[in-house]
Amino acid sequence: MHLRLNSLIPRLNFWQLFLMMMAAPTILALLAVISALFQPDKDIMSHLVKYVLPTAISNTLWLVIGVALMTTLLGVGLAWLTAVCEFPLRGFFVWALILPMAIPSYVMAFSLVGLFEYTGPVQVLLRDWFGSSAWFPSVYSYGGVVMALSFALYPYTYMMARNAFQTQGRRSLEAGQSLGLSIKKSFWRVSLPIARPWIVGGTLLVIMETLSDFGAVAVFNYDTLTSVIYKSWFDLYSLPAALQVASVLLVFVVVITLLERHSRSTKRFSQSRSIALADQRIRLSVANRWLALLFCSLVFIAAFLLPCLRLLWWAAPHLDLVMTGRFWSYIVGSITLALIAMLLITGLALLTAFAARTDNTRFAAIAVRISTLGYAVPGTVLAVGLFAPIALMDQWLAGMGVTASILQGTIVVMMLAYSVRFMAVAFTPLENNLLRITPSIDAAAKSLGVSGFNMLTKVHIPMLKGGVATAMILVFVDVMKELPITLMTRPFGFNTLAVRIFELSSEGLWELAALPALAIVLVGLVPAFMLIKRFDGND
Amino acid sequence: MIRLFNKLLKGLSLTCSFVTSVRLKPACLMIITSGILVACADQQEPLVATPKIGVQIAGETGAKATKIIENNAAFATDRLVVYSSRNEHLISPVFKLFTDQTGIEIEYATDKAGVLIERIKMEGANTPADVLITVDAGTLGLAASQGLFQPINSPVINNRVPAYLRDDNDFWTGLSLRARTIVYSTERVKSEELSTYSALGGDQWQGRLCLRTSKKVYNQSLVAMLIAEQGEAQAQATVTSWINNLAIAPTSNDTKVMQAILAGQCDVGIVNTYYFGRLQTKSPDLALALFWPNKSGVHVNVAGAGILKHSKNAIQAKTLMEWLVSEPAQELFAGVNQEYPVSTDVKVDPQVASWGQFRQSEQRLSQAYILQPNAVKLMDRAGYK
Repeated sequence: MHLRLNSLIPRLNFWQLFLMMMAAPTILALLAVISALFQPDKDIMSHLVKYVLPTAISNTLWLVIGVALMTTLLGVGLAWLTAVCEFPLRGFFVWALILPMAIPSYVMAFSLVGLFEYTGPVQVLLRDWFGSSAWFPSVYSYGGVVMALSFALYPYTYMMARNAFQTQGRRSLEAGQSLGLSIKKSFWRVSLPIARPWIVGGTLLVIMETLSDFGAVAVFNYDTLTSVIYKSWFDLYSLPAALQVASVLLVFVVVITLLERHSRSTKRFSQSRSIALADQRIRLSVANRWLALLFCSLVFIAAFLLPCLRLLWWAAPHLDLVMTGRFWSYIVGSITLALIAMLLITGLALLTAFAARTDNTRFAAIAVRISTLGYAVPGTVLAVGLFAPIALMDQWLAGMGVTASILQGTIVVMMLAYSVRFMAVAFTPLENNLLRITPSIDAAAKSLGVSGFNMLTKVHIPMLKGGVATAMILVFVDVMKELPITLMTRPFGFNTLAVRIFELSSEGLWELAALPALAIVLVGLVPAFMLIKRFDGND
Repeated sequence: MIRLFNKLLKGLSLTCSFVTSVRLKPACLMIITSGILVACADQQEPLVATPKIGVQIAGETGAKATKIIENNAAFATDRLVVYSSRNEHLISPVFKLFTDQTGIEIEYATDKAGVLIERIKMEGANTPADVLITVDAGTLGLAASQGLFQPINSPVINNRVPAYLRDDNDFWTGLSLRARTIVYSTERVKSEELSTYSALGGDQWQGRLCLRTSKKVYNQSLVAMLIAEQGEAQAQATVTSWINNLAIAPTSNDTKVMQAILAGQCDVGIVNTYYFGRLQTKSPDLALALFWPNKSGVHVNVAGAGILKHSKNAIQAKTLMEWLVSEPAQELFAGVNQEYPVSTDVKVDPQVASWGQFRQSEQRLSQAYILQPNAVKLMDRAGYK
């Protein structure tokens, strides 16, 4: 018996143990989801299969394709322009183009709808001028949803791709040119392929976020798999059916992740770091310079300025609320959570990335993949999956004579849940930058007597600045926007801006919800600005 | 501050001295540091939350120190915990008045009803919550059917709330009425043209009807009422005839239905009255009016509450429930959102009264949780998005 046990439990080294601990909460939450497969709600499932799922699945596929394409196009294009080319206002756009990320996707959706729907200011103006706006495309359409989600999500790809182009510097271009390629050709043949893991990583984040989105698609009444999950749970009162649909979603994500892994596994990406300095940037021709400016401005105006103006328009009559103590307590609540989560999750992601690199085994790779899956599960489902074991533990503690629930409603539980949800967001930018650090650098460091943990602090982290900055901004802003986990695990009386937006908008009070929405944008602006200035080289 | 930090570091390395391996030492430091970080953050949390509890519920009395102590004493008898899917800005003024009048303090968590029900189930006997408030008879019935409530057993409530707005088994009671009725353009429609909800499927409304999405529970409970009145087949025919009359795709909320009518996209729609009230408050000369389909009976749903089976303060919870149907509470509870009180002797807000009297459908709300999922499926079959 003794022998058998020994052989069953693999001998884990420290890093493997760490990775297992990182993956454990996600596994617990996902088990709760997958366990539903064994208790099928046949009646409801057959209804869903017949009347609901066919549309929902094709809608989901089309949405993912549309949003993935559009965000990649916007993200990569803008990243290339701001990282490698020189044009007027470039320094401003570098950080300004990140800002739409601070607008929660459902807020983006309702402000875009508020602008472009039949009764919105744009169409009203058009009717004033031309008498009719019948030719104006309906905003409640596939195009509308794709636009709203793409505007809210392209900054993920933008930041990741920019990080790649920035650290490639001009070297890749020069390499191409030395082989006789034009700049255009070297972009397609050299720079872009080298940046591929970053771009794909960004797109993967976008896809996961799109799959789990509920709010934005609800504004457009566009049914996706996630809408079906909510319908099964909240309208048909069947959590098992909801979890079954969620596991379909999960399978979808796992397949995409595996495909991405597979396509990458044959290649090895590493390159030394060289920042593109101002004088190394490509000088565009006059026409192209203005085209670049026009493109960046258009995106900035459509994805940030207009939605914000719409919000401001709504919020203007209620601006006096800003002066109330309660409003500030929402802001403080949001910032507190976002800051703690930012440090904690980025730290954990760094350790995870380092662990996976140090312990280059299949076990480690799988553990890492699992611990990043939480991002694709709709927030509410994940919140319940995580809450179950915590409630159990609390009950167990209560049985031991500990009065009251001591785990629930503490920030520890919130942070645990956030880590499960946002590990992917922090991990993806770090992982790719870690790829950049060649084995020869490790070897050199080792030969100088630097190894183990010191390798991380003395060699890797300084080389990862861009990735760390990206990870921190992404986590900070994502936690600010996060809703279901915050709702479910927050201490009594603790409110955040996102909670406030939810409460007001769920009552249809968009005008009042606009104010906290603007506050989220403004608060999200600060770290974006600071971190970019600090870490992103000579901008 | 720096000295403190140094001390902390020294303490840390002492703690980690049991780790002999050089390789693991920094990791040990890291783990403990992050532990401290989390612990510190945890200590700060009541400080963030406390002033708010003080301001919102207890008035100016809440000194930080006492609050933190009280926070830990979850079983103190003068404190109730309410889970609510009715939003904070609608319940907090009511709770404040309750605390002022009774001295019983209330802490609350808001979330979607389905999530709260799941949460209560997961917490089991250990739940800190005493009362669940939701804004739909369906979810109240669901909670009752899952055995989450205990009977209220209150003659006071039985007296003041009509039986069809309460649970047959006394597990929950309605607290305010949300009436869903017909709204029409005063410019293009005469009230004589209107009669019942079903009649909106008639030919004369071809391309003139606006509806909100079927995902909203208000439409689900409306169709559930139709099923109860007409049977499933007839109800489905009604819904299908509505869909055929739609001028634009179903909207995401009631306000948009009215905006569409105002903009001339359609002429009639179905909305909850308080959305009309909000629009009317903003622009009193609205070219819209409400029509009460009294012939079939106006559809009402309730915001309501029940006492949880595992409540540790059932007596205080009952005090709260009975207080909520009292006159001042009813006026406030319904008034903050321009809803109708459940107790008929309570004065209705003057603006709400100006919309006229109506005859409620007396369909028992106890059955809503069985009928509503059927209504959802029916609307799926009819292609009502």
